[in-house]
Amino acid sequence: MFKIVDGPIDEIALENEVRTDADGAVIVFRGVARKHSRGREVIHLEYEAYPEMAEKVMAQIGDEIKAKFPVSAVAIVHRTGVLEVGQASVVIAISAPHRGEAFAASQYAIDRLKQVVPIWKKEIWDDGSQWIGWENEQHKTAV
Amino acid sequence: MRLFASYREAAGTSKLEVPISAGARVADLLELLAVGIPALKTAKGLVAVNHTYVDAAFELHDGDEAAFIPPVSGG
Repeated sequence: MFKIVDGPIDEIALENEVRTDADGAVIVFRGVARKHSRGREVIHLEYEAYPEMAEKVMAQIGDEIKAKFPVSAVAIVHRTGVLEVGQASVVIAISAPHRGEAFAASQYAIDRLKQVVPIWKKEIWDDGSQWIGWENEQHKTAV
Repeated sequence: MRLFASYREAAGTSKLEVPISAGARVADLLELLAVGIPALKTAKGLVAVNHTYVDAAFELHDGDEAAFIPPVSGG
């Protein structure tokens, strides 16, 4: 499952989807909205996506993972809209026969997602707001 | 034509229909649009056509969905 949703992410459904009887490890990574960012206090976050392309690119990341790591299954769901501090913006579930591969694949999945998936985050502060992403150089090597 | 995040706000719209001439490339589309949306050039991002990242030399065809992608910040 590779999806963009506009409400809370069903982590249990993701976990159930990836687990098979051959697996000794299931890792569920949850990215959550943080209160402090770059020294400022965040009131809430707004996420926007290019849904059709984001789902396609997330599925491509799933294919990359399966080519690189001996994992059983990968699922990635990202949420859009307004998120309050503490709410999950992204959940990645990966199953594998052994934990080492599952941990490595999880790290790879979130790193790649942050590099290439067309999703944008806006931080809302009490005295302003800003789209995040211009401060890093990753987009220049994203293709 | 789809615009997202900072580009969408700069343009005041998320979708545009843009007539292009035969043989037009992504670079031509950028020149055309940057007249009304300078941010596309002053704060340069990536371009996707039909949901795949492409470079400036990519040739456009009638009915293509081009999208201007500011630096991503998901996760």
